[in-house]
Amino acid sequence: MPVEIDIDHVARLARLDLSDDEKDRLRAELAVILEHAAKVGEVAASDVPPTAYAIPRANVLRPDEPSPSLAREDALANAPEAEDQRFRVPPIVEVE
Amino acid sequence: MAARELCDLTATELGAKLRAGDVSSAEITESCLRRIGDVEERVKAYLTPTGDLAREQAGRADERRAGGDASPVAGIPAAVKDVLATKGIRTTCGSKILESYVPPYDCTAWARLSAAGSVLLGKTNCDEFAMGSSNENSAFGPVHNPWNLDTVPGGSSGGSAAAVAAGEAVWALGTDTGGSVRQPAALCGVVGLKPTYGLVSRYGLIAFASSLDTVGTFTRSVRDAAKLLAAVAGKDPMDATSLDQTVRDYAADIDGGVTGLRIGVVTEAFGEGVQPGVKASVRAAVDRLANMGARVGEVSLPHADYALSAYYLIAPSEASSNLARYDGVRYGLRVDGRDSVEMMARTRDAGFGPEVKRRIMLGTYALSAGYYEAYYGQAQKVRTLIIRDYEAAFADFDVLVSPTSPTTAFRIGERTGDPLAMYLSDVFTIPANLAGVPAISIPSGLDEAGLPVGLQLTAPVLAEPLLLRAAHALEQEIAFVTRPRLLEALR
Repeated sequence: MPVEIDIDHVARLARLDLSDDEKDRLRAELAVILEHAAKVGEVAASDVPPTAYAIPRANVLRPDEPSPSLAREDALANAPEAEDQRFRVPPIVEVE
Repeated sequence: MAARELCDLTATELGAKLRAGDVSSAEITESCLRRIGDVEERVKAYLTPTGDLAREQAGRADERRAGGDASPVAGIPAAVKDVLATKGIRTTCGSKILESYVPPYDCTAWARLSAAGSVLLGKTNCDEFAMGSSNENSAFGPVHNPWNLDTVPGGSSGGSAAAVAAGEAVWALGTDTGGSVRQPAALCGVVGLKPTYGLVSRYGLIAFASSLDTVGTFTRSVRDAAKLLAAVAGKDPMDATSLDQTVRDYAADIDGGVTGLRIGVVTEAFGEGVQPGVKASVRAAVDRLANMGARVGEVSLPHADYALSAYYLIAPSEASSNLARYDGVRYGLRVDGRDSVEMMARTRDAGFGPEVKRRIMLGTYALSAGYYEAYYGQAQKVRTLIIRDYEAAFADFDVLVSPTSPTTAFRIGERTGDPLAMYLSDVFTIPANLAGVPAISIPSGLDEAGLPVGLQLTAPVLAEPLLLRAAHALEQEIAFVTRPRLLEALR
């Protein structure tokens, strides 16, 4: 059964300002893909543990030694906008 | 038949000539640059050619060799997929959102090659953020397969595969998340190796799906693959998932042959949807293996059917998280908006192409409240079942064999309207990524249309020496020497 998706909600979560055409197309395409993907529910029983990484590693530690990091000007070199050696962005909170 | 030039030889052959003093890296590099001049307009393998840098590096490699440096990668001209960060050299990921991004650091794989005296010919075209199986998802236009310019080279590392097939590079680096090295290698008639997950550092591999991403190699021989792997593999403090390289010389056992090796033919990989020409070529190679003294039997990977579904939940889920970093703040495109949220949403809509948006939306949905367990959670359980399938198969067999992809190269435009049909290109390559095991594609012959067929061998985690040994033995027996039609027409 095709999957019904609240495309506006998902687009908002994904921070994608999709056009109406894009939304219509994605609604149809994702429904088909998810119908196929839902097959994972057929076999994965509750007694099967999930795998996040095929070759599990936990708590990979290294000595806590300071070393040089990226120079500020290198880090800012690709920024669309910078000011006072910082990334410049449009307003984040509304000011009364 | 047009004469083979330096750019058509293997790195092993060129290494011998360099050591003997018969040729210089400068001459090899000029040969590659000439070939690029002859065919690149039609193939479009490169997004950013670096010819001047290549000449400079070749000169330095020749000086180093005169001083006694004998690294097998020194002076050999390479191409690097454009999802691998290269310091000071534009790295686009095939995306408009990174069209003018110039990384301030090198990925570890290229840093190691570069330190060993490698020569960079350029950054190769690919599907946007490595998402695709045909290279048609590049924001900068498709790559054309040198075997038939109307067909795709496969993807996502299509530019690297086509460059090696056409003599526009001696070897190349690519990345493989669901088959993006092996499938284009198959479609372009070259050798494509996806190592064990973690064997090559992912530092500077611009992330798509972090639990699946690997750096792999494109070469013209299995022996070359062993050499290139040795040069890039090993533990890296910058990637916590990187593994210690227990083997230093991957070519050491390569001449061991297949006598007595237990080789399992994957039953599920010869079903419907596989072209008759692909089946016939791979079956013929399996017969050769038996004649060469291997113990060949049938093996089942019963959950293989579910691997594609699991992959198209896990990879987009990880991608939706990884690609959140493209927010118009620190690098890449920015489209202005009234506030930061509007700026981000507009930037991302303008900067990402259709396939990337599709996967971000798919992944965001699969991870969203109320759906996580049914999709992402279940997919992770299927991943466990796939790993168990391999464990069972490797209890009875040393190496598994299947076609690399169900079809040979398809026509440009043929599958762009049907995402699901496109995803099926990777049905035989995806399980190895989910299980982290190494796999290699070698050419097994040509189909009735004269297009190359790829055969995939798969081995257990960190069994690269065994994998390369079996692949080398079969490669010698098949003796695939046919060259792309494009090259036969040169001069």
